[in-house]
Amino acid sequence: MKRAIVIEKIWKALMYASIALVLFFVVSVIWSVFRRGLPVLSWEMVSSLPGGGFYIGKEGGFLNAIVGSIYIVGGATVLGLLVSIPVVFYLNVYLKPHPKLGVVARLAYDILFGIPSIVYGAFGFTIMIFFGLRTSLLGGIIVVTLLIIPIFIRSMDEVAKTIPQDILEAGYSLGSTRLETITVVVRQIAPAIATATLLGIGRAIGDAAGVMFTAGFSDSIPTSLTQQTASLPLSVFFQLSAPQLEVQDRAYAAAVVLTAIVLILSLSGRFIMNRFSRNKI
Amino acid sequence: MKKNNRLLKDRIAEQLMAIMTISSLLLVVAMAVGLYLKSVPILQEHSLWDLLTEGEWRPMADKFGFFPFLMGTLYVSLLALGIAIPISLLMAIYLTEYAHSVVKRYVFPFLDILAGLPSVIYGVWGMLVIVPWVSDVVAPSLRHDSSGYTVLATGVVLGVTVIPLLVSLFIEIFSNVGREIREAAWSLGATRWQTTKDVILRQTAPGVIAAVVLAASRTLGETIAVIMVCGNLAIVPSSLLDACYPIPALIANNYGEMLSLPLYESALMFAAFILFFVVLGFNLFSRLVLRKMENK
Repeated sequence: MKRAIVIEKIWKALMYASIALVLFFVVSVIWSVFRRGLPVLSWEMVSSLPGGGFYIGKEGGFLNAIVGSIYIVGGATVLGLLVSIPVVFYLNVYLKPHPKLGVVARLAYDILFGIPSIVYGAFGFTIMIFFGLRTSLLGGIIVVTLLIIPIFIRSMDEVAKTIPQDILEAGYSLGSTRLETITVVVRQIAPAIATATLLGIGRAIGDAAGVMFTAGFSDSIPTSLTQQTASLPLSVFFQLSAPQLEVQDRAYAAAVVLTAIVLILSLSGRFIMNRFSRNKI
Repeated sequence: MKKNNRLLKDRIAEQLMAIMTISSLLLVVAMAVGLYLKSVPILQEHSLWDLLTEGEWRPMADKFGFFPFLMGTLYVSLLALGIAIPISLLMAIYLTEYAHSVVKRYVFPFLDILAGLPSVIYGVWGMLVIVPWVSDVVAPSLRHDSSGYTVLATGVVLGVTVIPLLVSLFIEIFSNVGREIREAAWSLGATRWQTTKDVILRQTAPGVIAAVVLAASRTLGETIAVIMVCGNLAIVPSSLLDACYPIPALIANNYGEMLSLPLYESALMFAAFILFFVVLGFNLFSRLVLRKMENK
């Protein structure tokens, strides 16, 4: 009996150690990025475009990457929601009486969620070549849209599944068609739409492998959908591989901006979830 | 007339949404077909066996050996899982079997942050913390000389990136075990750890394996973080302190020059196809197992 208690204690200590280790990783990642990047971050960097000789350490900033990321993520989020809200509605209202296709569909979205973004990028690239498109803002938006649709659908569907059939039937009994219950459904899953959107934006803004193939990189802000565009993760990645310290400094500064954006997104996602779904932990 | 209109709208919406749903599903098929068609040229020139087992990679001289890249991917993934599995398992056990719900409230946001950080930030962290740690602490203590850009550094970075996924899957799996089963074990005098080891883990073993396979598929496809710390040398690593060159890094590093040579492009698309194929298989297996566990 004594032995069992000692073993219990040892394992419990290991559990504490593993939690401490994970907390250490979180703190270490954020602290190391901020400590290196924050001192070199300046207003000029986030508010100006790369000047001449930018990549050998001359003046300029990475506004092109910030705006490029906003364009890509904004476009992809809007397109992604336009596709995924109807799909979630279809799965949970029209398909409710015939769940077979729903099972297959959910499995497929789970799998799409697991496909790495580099594969999306390579696939997007072949499609673009097939249609004769060059790397462009449009290409980036399309690939990122494909990447975040499964995230949107899975996290909205998780909540939409729990809508009681009674609510829909109450609507039908008042004479509404299935389509007209969409207002009720959307209202029911509104917090889930918000959380999914934040999650999707977080994933989209951090994606580098997908946009590398399809959006390219550019020192200016794109003025049309067919121009190449920069993005924050790629700006970090490319500048870090430069030998000059000044260029690397800017990469770390861009990393701080990216980390801050993602932190805000993930914490507010958690906040919305806690605020609106109390029965969950 | 008005009523007919509404019914018509309902029908049209149904058709439209069905088309959207089905076409988004066909994306999986489209990917498989698209990447396969692109890899046909290289498969016609070289046999599949040769591509996978040859060690020489010199695209300009028509040498396309994927063996070093496959081994690089295998080693870093195994190392990453070796690091992530024990940590995640212990953490998930603590959070489901021992912890107060207050503790969860404070720990979960940390997991959210870890899950949400972009790959490139993990890469920056790897370069700032892990690579120097390997070159200044680990390598000297083994009387070894190393730049730090190694299998070890890549494995550590990858391991940390999959911890949040593993923890959340494990927690979900353990929470599905009914409370009465735990209480039955306690009433027989089992300690919490004995209950966990002999009852919970035994009952959820298929789910735990499925979760690990899912995490494995995640490590296979991680790109930017890996490129930044792996050293990018096309060799078969023989120790933890050797550089390596996993498949995603190969694809991402060479996409610029691949268009110069049709066969080169085909080779990289073939690499993407292998990746897609393996990840698809892993995901299919683990999702089906997890689903079965949920429905039980």
